[in-house]
Amino acid sequence: MGAGHAHKLYRHGHSPVHGLPPHTKLAAAFAFVVVVVSTPREAMWAFGLYAVLLGVVAYVARVPARFLFGRLLIEVPFVAFAVLMPFVAQGERVDVLGLSLSVNGLWGAWNVLAKGTLGVAASVLLAATTELRELLLGLQRLKLPPLLVQIASFMIRYGDVITDEMRRMRIARESRGFEAKGVRHWGVLAKSAGALFIRSYERGERVHLAMVSRGYAGSMPVIDEVTASRAQWSYALTLPFAALVVCLLGWTL
Amino acid sequence: MHVPDGFINAPTSAVTGVVAAGAIAVSLRGARRELDERTAPLAGLVAAFIFAVQMLNFPVAAGTSGHLLGGALAAILVGPFTGVLCVSVVLLMQGILFADGGLTALGVNITDMAIVTTVVAYAVFRGLVKVLPRTRRSVTIASFAAALLSVPAAAVAFTIVYAVGGTTDVSIGKVATAMIGVHVLIGLGEAAITALTVGAVIAVRPDLVYGARGLTQKLKLRVNGELVDAPDAAPVPLAARSHRKVWITGLVTSLVLAGFVSFYASANPDGLEKVAADHGIDRKTEKHASSDSPLADYGVKDITDARLSGGLAGVIGVGVTVVAGSGVFWAVRRRRTADASPTAVENV
Repeated sequence: MGAGHAHKLYRHGHSPVHGLPPHTKLAAAFAFVVVVVSTPREAMWAFGLYAVLLGVVAYVARVPARFLFGRLLIEVPFVAFAVLMPFVAQGERVDVLGLSLSVNGLWGAWNVLAKGTLGVAASVLLAATTELRELLLGLQRLKLPPLLVQIASFMIRYGDVITDEMRRMRIARESRGFEAKGVRHWGVLAKSAGALFIRSYERGERVHLAMVSRGYAGSMPVIDEVTASRAQWSYALTLPFAALVVCLLGWTL
Repeated sequence: MHVPDGFINAPTSAVTGVVAAGAIAVSLRGARRELDERTAPLAGLVAAFIFAVQMLNFPVAAGTSGHLLGGALAAILVGPFTGVLCVSVVLLMQGILFADGGLTALGVNITDMAIVTTVVAYAVFRGLVKVLPRTRRSVTIASFAAALLSVPAAAVAFTIVYAVGGTTDVSIGKVATAMIGVHVLIGLGEAAITALTVGAVIAVRPDLVYGARGLTQKLKLRVNGELVDAPDAAPVPLAARSHRKVWITGLVTSLVLAGFVSFYASANPDGLEKVAADHGIDRKTEKHASSDSPLADYGVKDITDARLSGGLAGVIGVGVTVVAGSGVFWAVRRRRTADASPTAVENV
């Protein structure tokens, strides 16, 4: 909470993409990923074009390439999985550098890598250009159940608090000479987790009481209703529509 | 275990998305009944707790460590509905904010990690608590078993989704063996940590553990020198209790039935095909594949379509059950609340 409500992934800026209403950006990112996923994997050039489209968005949003690529590292665990695919998939096999690889597996690996990377890049761009509170407002605007949005907003707001609490407990453990080395120490760690749960739950009760004493009756007041003009919608939806054209070309060619 | 974009094909992702949305809608109602208007802050804080505890590393042996997945823990600590909500919210935020798990794969991820884990864990837990003696130790044992089964159950669910809509032609047997094998191991760790954590919470605040609510000692009053049971403070609303039980049983049964039926229906032709391929039809396929790749593709497509129809039937069955059940449930509930509303207003 002390972090000014801005998450680490957000890059402050005043680009046209930053200025778009959040729900248009959410819709655009989601539609884009749907289009990417439904593109046939044989149309390799289409994925190149998608990457170019995202590059244009990143340029307009003034998100530096280093930031984007750094954030892409999150998909590393599953790159490893994709690399395994050509070895375990069945079907016709082909020899590459003395290794017998499955053609189908190679296509599968390509499919997952290309679509997964594009999906992650789209999410990263969305998170980098949209403030947290805006994102939640956008979700509410997109008719997600208000209760779900409230839960999400509490999770986000108190996520740092709870993580900090966990960090303090770790420091307390370590300052008393504890060092978790193996299974034998799980009991201590689990006790910390239990204490963390109790503290979180009790904090939830306190937060609720504090809210009730300020007039909370089950729904949060919306002070700043976000609206989007037709121009903003069409501006945001340029990305998925361009992608859709590429996708249709990919299916027909 | 977060599934990325492009791993599962679009139609299957859409179907799992619908399943996830339905389950979340049901859980929203259920959680509101469990927590009233306290739902938002409490569920939010518990979600934050799940999010944080996933970062707590449990060292296994030199260098390696694991962390909690949290589905079973959430189900036991705060109840199945709130548990599903909390884990789903964590997954949603991880997908949107941290790009962990694809946006189109949200349905798969939520179905798999939030719904299947939580529901299986809670069903196992409830069943065991019913059977075992009513002590704290049996709650710990039950949560061990619940967490132990919930993780491989999620792996099975993932395998089923993969069999229906996987984009790579890895044999289902291999996927199942790898997934379930690995997740039985992960499940052991999860079970130990969950049981220890539940035990730690029960030792301090047993009233907070949803799964241990029946365990509290009855308040005794000494009247004229002998112990008498104190009268219950407030009778538990009857409707909520009975419906919840029916609900969970129905959902689990239908899910398991649909899942397994479609799994076997899809596994059999695949096995046959494999046997056929082993016994000489091999050559023909090779010719096909080398001469004309689209033909080979169609062959593959045929199989996946057969699987798709089988799996879809199962999933749609569950969907119809959920919709019909919730329809009946809501109708009954509305009538009850309409009857009860005058007194409720007086109470307020």
